[in-house]
Amino acid sequence: METMRVQNVTPNDLPWKIKYDASRCTLCGSCVAACSFRAIEAKVERRRMVFSEGDFPEPKQRFSAVPVIRQVKNIKNYCRGCGICEKVCPNDAIGPERNPDTRHPIITRCLGGDSIKRGGRKNLESATRTLDKIRVGRISQMTDPSLDAQRHTFDLLAPFGRIMPPKKLPLGVGPEGLLQTEANMPPVRWIYPVIIGDMSIGALSWRMWEAVAMATAYLNEECGLPVRMCSGEGGVPVRLLKSRYLKYMILQIASGHFGWNRIIKAMPHMVEDPAGILIKIGQGAKPGDGGLLMAQKVAEHIQAIRGVPKADLLSPPNHQGLYSIEESVQKMFLSFNAAFKFRVPVAIKVAASATSVSVFNNLVRDPYNIVGGFFLDGIDGGTGAAHEVSLDHTGHPIVSKLRDCYLAAVAQGRQGQIPLWAAGGLGKTGDLAADAFKMIALGANGVFTGKLILQMAGCVGNDQGRCNACNTGLCPVGITTQEGPLVHRLDPEKVAQNIVNYFLAMDTEFKKLMAPIGNSSLPVGRSDALVSTDQSVADKLQLQYVC
Amino acid sequence: MCRIGAIKSLNYVHPCQALKLMQSQQKGHDNSGFAMVMHDLGGIFEAYKDMPTLSMACTDEGVKIAEDILHEAGFQRVMQWVPETSDQPGLDIIAMPNYVFETFDYPRQYRNADQKAKEDLLVDMRLILRKALEKDELGFVYSFWPDVITLKEIGDPRDIGTYFNLWEPDKNFTARVITAQCRQNTNYDIVRYAAHPFFLQGYTALANGENTFYLKNVEFQRKLHRGYIGFESDSQCFLYSLHYVHHELGWPLSYFKHVITPLPFEDIEHREDKEQLLAIRQSLAHLEINGPNTIIGVLPDNTMFTCCDAKKLRPVVVGRTEDTVVISSEVCGINEILPDRDWETDIYPHEREVVAIDNNLEVQRWRQ
Ligand code: SF4
Ligand code: SF4
Repeated sequence: METMRVQNVTPNDLPWKIKYDASRCTLCGSCVAACSFRAIEAKVERRRMVFSEGDFPEPKQRFSAVPVIRQVKNIKNYCRGCGICEKVCPNDAIGPERNPDTRHPIITRCLGGDSIKRGGRKNLESATRTLDKIRVGRISQMTDPSLDAQRHTFDLLAPFGRIMPPKKLPLGVGPEGLLQTEANMPPVRWIYPVIIGDMSIGALSWRMWEAVAMATAYLNEECGLPVRMCSGEGGVPVRLLKSRYLKYMILQIASGHFGWNRIIKAMPHMVEDPAGILIKIGQGAKPGDGGLLMAQKVAEHIQAIRGVPKADLLSPPNHQGLYSIEESVQKMFLSFNAAFKFRVPVAIKVAASATSVSVFNNLVRDPYNIVGGFFLDGIDGGTGAAHEVSLDHTGHPIVSKLRDCYLAAVAQGRQGQIPLWAAGGLGKTGDLAADAFKMIALGANGVFTGKLILQMAGCVGNDQGRCNACNTGLCPVGITTQEGPLVHRLDPEKVAQNIVNYFLAMDTEFKKLMAPIGNSSLPVGRSDALVSTDQSVADKLQLQYVC
Repeated sequence: MCRIGAIKSLNYVHPCQALKLMQSQQKGHDNSGFAMVMHDLGGIFEAYKDMPTLSMACTDEGVKIAEDILHEAGFQRVMQWVPETSDQPGLDIIAMPNYVFETFDYPRQYRNADQKAKEDLLVDMRLILRKALEKDELGFVYSFWPDVITLKEIGDPRDIGTYFNLWEPDKNFTARVITAQCRQNTNYDIVRYAAHPFFLQGYTALANGENTFYLKNVEFQRKLHRGYIGFESDSQCFLYSLHYVHHELGWPLSYFKHVITPLPFEDIEHREDKEQLLAIRQSLAHLEINGPNTIIGVLPDNTMFTCCDAKKLRPVVVGRTEDTVVISSEVCGINEILPDRDWETDIYPHEREVVAIDNNLEVQRWRQ
């Protein structure tokens, strides 16, 4: 007998164990072929079989080599629990099972000597979400009748762009008693209150990115919903930059400035202005960390769009050369405003943090009125790749932080001047309309969402550690990978259709929430429409406590 | 529910007309109070149109404090009118001990001051008085403005009328514009300040309805002007928005409607003045109202107007004769005081219009 080696990795050390029923398996090989992580393999087992052939029991034994499917036991090709094997197995013979005794966080660090990286979302489950302790509790009835979600019209739009204080509006009364504009005003776009969040063309597969862009165009052109999509850092295909669909895109610039050389080169050929510019300072899922695109995902077209060789692409955690908030305002915003001749709103995205309010205050008090949106990203959001320790342990929840920023604006009489957009785990339970509506009543002008869009496309990951392998370039459903065979698993038209349908459903649900509180335009800051079943949530957010 | 009414006439009208206007609609309100603001005063006040009149209800101590403050500030009393009250047993009224209507001349240093300086002074004085009398409810200061009188009381409007002898017309106490309302604010605490009409710097507003953007309005208005205080009623927000748009921003009245009930984006898109309308909608988003409402307002130049919320869920009608225009929640009120008018010319304003009546009683209908 061999000496026992305690340090060897066994399935019991890994987060998922494969449950395999050899008696059902026909050895078709589908699962092994489908597992993008190579976490299962075909193997041969030596089996002993006892049998008897005569009229009387006369046990004999026979040894044979039997092909089986086995779990790979190493920390590189470990099972992510994605369930693709189960999906493709015609006989229900195989599937992953969560292993509560996993030693994965320890052995991975011990064996690798490096921090754990992954994609996805925070995996430390907290108790019930704050938003689920809040209800839309002010129902219109009697003297203030509710509206009819089917019959009435609703104005479901949110501003993107800097809004002037009323006394600074350059409006004068003309000869016929009509107001006339006497000077330029900052550009403001009224758009759907849900922006498709910033996911870069490198993080997503080209099919996925195209599907999202397709859904965005369809929602605008066929459904009348002015939904905007943010490019994420990493550029935009030139074809899109030169097309009229550019007007639905918010272009992002982040600390790596990836893709911007192409954008700038395309500027003379643009037939439409982009919907806006979003300067990304930080991201909620991994605050303090820059973007991370592993070399595995830097395919040829990504190299072309970003203008880089095949290598790990790390955006610095900071915009180099920005030392102060004032500087970010003056330097970056002015240059982008100037680049598009002050026709395109420029906004900023930061990770929610204990200091968000000070940052917001600085921006809202800036006398030039140029910051056109404050995108605040909370901890529960997702990411393509990050260090696990950042994902799980850094960041700030979005709900109270958004509220703090809104109330800071209220205290100065500046609410609405820099539109507030919130994100970070919104729609996590699948119900974005409710989450967005509550955030709006707490003071957001709108929300942005990324992870949920992946979910619509068929992402199998979740907050309990399932899959979350977006960093590997091996996304089993073709969403966050650049591997041809994997990407082809994704049907972009179906994805676009799902996104469109989800938005249509959400639009109806928004109305179903507006009607009972009797409002026909978005109730931004109408916290009186909300109640909380949790005293501390009520206190913190200044809501009515109910029980 | 609330009922509101207003009379504007070429002739001076006695408040008994306002009482009658409201009394006929009494099934629609809860008879819990009576409040009115009179602009363009006749009778004994006619000779003092340029000098501010203080309207206040208070205790003896309150009178003293207020007068001391005003004298200290240099105001000199030129006229005083104390309504004769008849405190019969059984009247449903929670009366204050004193009702003070005193007209003052400006402090010497202000006599040649410009209009704005005077206006600011009057607002500041009223705010100081209000604050000084707030403690222990020593008194309620409703208005301090030239050519304007305010009366507010808690109780049955009929009995309030009896108490102040308002049922009997006389020539001493009249005005060309009277706005009235018969209900204490039942949504919130019963406080005298919570009764419409509300008044600020020459502007009066009263409303029938419920403003569900109250919180948004309040949170924004608090920072806009020192006079935007109280907020005892959600309808005060209408007054402050009116004052802000017309007085502070200096925009024509028609834009008040664009601020409180902006056009849907779809409609704005097709307008020539799209740029201005969007700018208004953006910068004044927090003054938008929601919920069923009808508003009646009076401007400093005594123009009277009415408009509704955008879904028009509260009624209002405008009736008129040669010399009088009446706005009322219910047509029965108009029938009562203008029985011989041609009712075919009555106007039932729709959700997108402002009906304004100027001093020649010319009725204008502006479509938003
Ligand atoms: S669950 Fe996914 S990762 Fe695990 S073996 Fe099956 S296909 Fe591979
Ligand atoms: S399915 Fe793809 S996108 Fe979803 S968690 Fe897994 S790797 Fe990430």
